[in-house]
Amino acid sequence: MIAEGKYKIEGAYYAIGKKYYSRVLGLTEVDNERVKVIPLKGKYIPRENDLVIGKIIDVGMTNWSVDINSPYTGVLQVTEVFSKPTSISRSSLSNILNVGDVILAKVIAFDFTRDPLLTIKEAKLGKVSKGTVVEITPSKVPRVIGKKGSMVNMIREVLKVNIIVGKNGRILVIGSKPEYEALAVMVIKKIEKEAHTTGLTDRIKSYISKLVNEEGE
Amino acid sequence: MKKVSNITEVIKLLDENGIRSDGRRLDEMRKIKIEVGVLKNADGSAYIEMGNNKIIVGVYGPKEVRPKHLAIPYKSLIRCRYEMMPFSVSDRKSPSPSRREIELSKAIREALEPAIFTEEFPRTMIEIFIEVLEADGGTRTASINAASVALADAGIPLRDLVTAIAIGKIDGKLALDINGIEDQYGDGDMPIAMMPQLGYVTLFQADGIFTSEEIEKAFEMAKKAIWNIYEIQKKALKSKYLQIVKEVDINE
Repeated sequence: MIAEGKYKIEGAYYAIGKKYYSRVLGLTEVDNERVKVIPLKGKYIPRENDLVIGKIIDVGMTNWSVDINSPYTGVLQVTEVFSKPTSISRSSLSNILNVGDVILAKVIAFDFTRDPLLTIKEAKLGKVSKGTVVEITPSKVPRVIGKKGSMVNMIREVLKVNIIVGKNGRILVIGSKPEYEALAVMVIKKIEKEAHTTGLTDRIKSYISKLVNEEGE
Repeated sequence: MKKVSNITEVIKLLDENGIRSDGRRLDEMRKIKIEVGVLKNADGSAYIEMGNNKIIVGVYGPKEVRPKHLAIPYKSLIRCRYEMMPFSVSDRKSPSPSRREIELSKAIREALEPAIFTEEFPRTMIEIFIEVLEADGGTRTASINAASVALADAGIPLRDLVTAIAIGKIDGKLALDINGIEDQYGDGDMPIAMMPQLGYVTLFQADGIFTSEEIEKAFEMAKKAIWNIYEIQKKALKSKYLQIVKEVDINE
């Protein structure tokens, strides 16, 4: 929606000749001759090697269907769950992962013609048994992480919680105390709402200390 | 629709000074108000008031296609439903979809589709729901204006916003943005939708008789008005986020 001249452009844009147009409602970051267009909203489109948090929605004969907060449903094959070849029936499949279970998975292949394939074979992946899942707009995930992970590390340290950020806009918060978990959820929601404002990390820092103080009283 | 039977004299759409029945000049638009993000559950939404027209639009998507066999392997399916509320006109309108509504749904969909990067989301669908709360002429153009804003609000990649306006003919003269009475008793109606930045026309309909000079003149009139509406659309989109910036500043 915003036209440009001769620049190096990154992000959500398209070009006709030497004229550049934004293709989404977003923010523009101008740095010398580099212009970056950052979308404010959007759906998650799977990419290879993305870490995602999904929910099992169906158990099939040899696979599970996984809702990954995207227009495309994820597929988790039996071979991507066990490292050894195993033969199991459908009933035992639902004993391993059942409908409603939340999993931490990785996208191994996606090319638009077929549904994205997931894996939980690697370390740290698998079924999630504790914690809270927060859902935000996937395009705001970089904001939650912050520059080189500054935002997420700050929340981790101050609230003493473990945060796993899925690229699909789902964030898993595991805290030692449920109160801190709830606080972290509030903080993440605030980041989502104010993602496009400046000086976000500092403001969130003071917001957290305010919340912690209130909690202490 | 106004009752015609007991009106004996011909309704005067244009007086001696070139002022229309609602006090506008021939090249004057009705007041437009657009609000963005009015619905919480839809991915994108917009509300428009264009004169007496009141229209609300909700957009979902891209999402999984249901029923599945409708999915298109190389692009996104666009679904559009235009619906008039039973209370939107003075004689109650039956809530079942009429011939006109089905036709307009298609016309609006085809006006919006060129703007959307559909090929980026194969096997998905984008749903556009247009509800006309109150109708007073030119609902299809107002619907297009609101729907393109709602699409942008949903974060769907667009080539440009689609902006539309209708040109009418009353007493042999071209009039911008005709209202209900002018549409009913006038000599013609020509809705035009454009992607202003790119200069593409995505909808061009006409009923009534226009000479080729008139069409050219009408197109120029429409273009000018479309740029004005375009600015209003952009402002509406920005205002949602500027509002939050303002709130943050006040709190500090």
